[in-house]
Amino acid sequence: MEEQAPRKIMFVNRRAPHGSIYAYEGLEVILIFGAYDQEISAVFLDDAVFSLKKGQDTSELGVKEFSATFRALEAYGVENRYVEKESMEQRGLTLDDLIMDVEVVDGATLRKAMGEQDVLLPF
Amino acid sequence: MKFGILVQEGPYNHEASDSAYHFIQAALAKGHEITGVFFYNDGVTNTTKLMDIPADDRHISKRWSELGAKGVELIVCVAAAKRRGISPDVLIDNARIDGLGQLSELCIESDRLITFGD
Repeated sequence: MEEQAPRKIMFVNRRAPHGSIYAYEGLEVILIFGAYDQEISAVFLDDAVFSLKKGQDTSELGVKEFSATFRALEAYGVENRYVEKESMEQRGLTLDDLIMDVEVVDGATLRKAMGEQDVLLPF
Repeated sequence: MKFGILVQEGPYNHEASDSAYHFIQAALAKGHEITGVFFYNDGVTNTTKLMDIPADDRHISKRWSELGAKGVELIVCVAAAKRRGISPDVLIDNARIDGLGQLSELCIESDRLITFGD
């Protein structure tokens, strides 16, 4: 393939970690894309902020608990990791409640960042 | 323009698959290029040839297969397909099962990646 500038690709995680498979299968995509030397961002908004909450226990749901994998995003080449400020506040969460270090951005800043992407992938 | 297509929802239950199909038809009619269609999440179930549809309704997997016969690349995610019982044995003609890296390639080589989902 001919050389071209890295694509700006943003994963827009919107859904709760459990209740549907979107969060989990979305995470699988993010991990693969990290290997492709593109400019990857992952944003967590709406109920997806719960994906990053500490102390998750899915034993009574009978499904896999995968929140620890999000901590690997940085190692997998996901340079930018954002949480939407409003989504976090509406759910009574602070950075101390989250399993990893993320940048907190307000909705307006996030919309601007989305406008600068080449690709948005919603999950 | 080069369009890559991502289909995230299964057939009949959700409009996403129909919308993707009609978008592709319209784009091709206008002379645009479709770099590929990637089926992910429940979208992989669009590609089973075991569908048996009443004659008065559209046959979604047959329609996708016909699009594939015209040269549109149809790629079904292997991990998502395995979860949902979509194996090479039941896969429609003119589609292939491949890895998520193919979606990455679509994102890189297309001018726009259009997602049809919920």
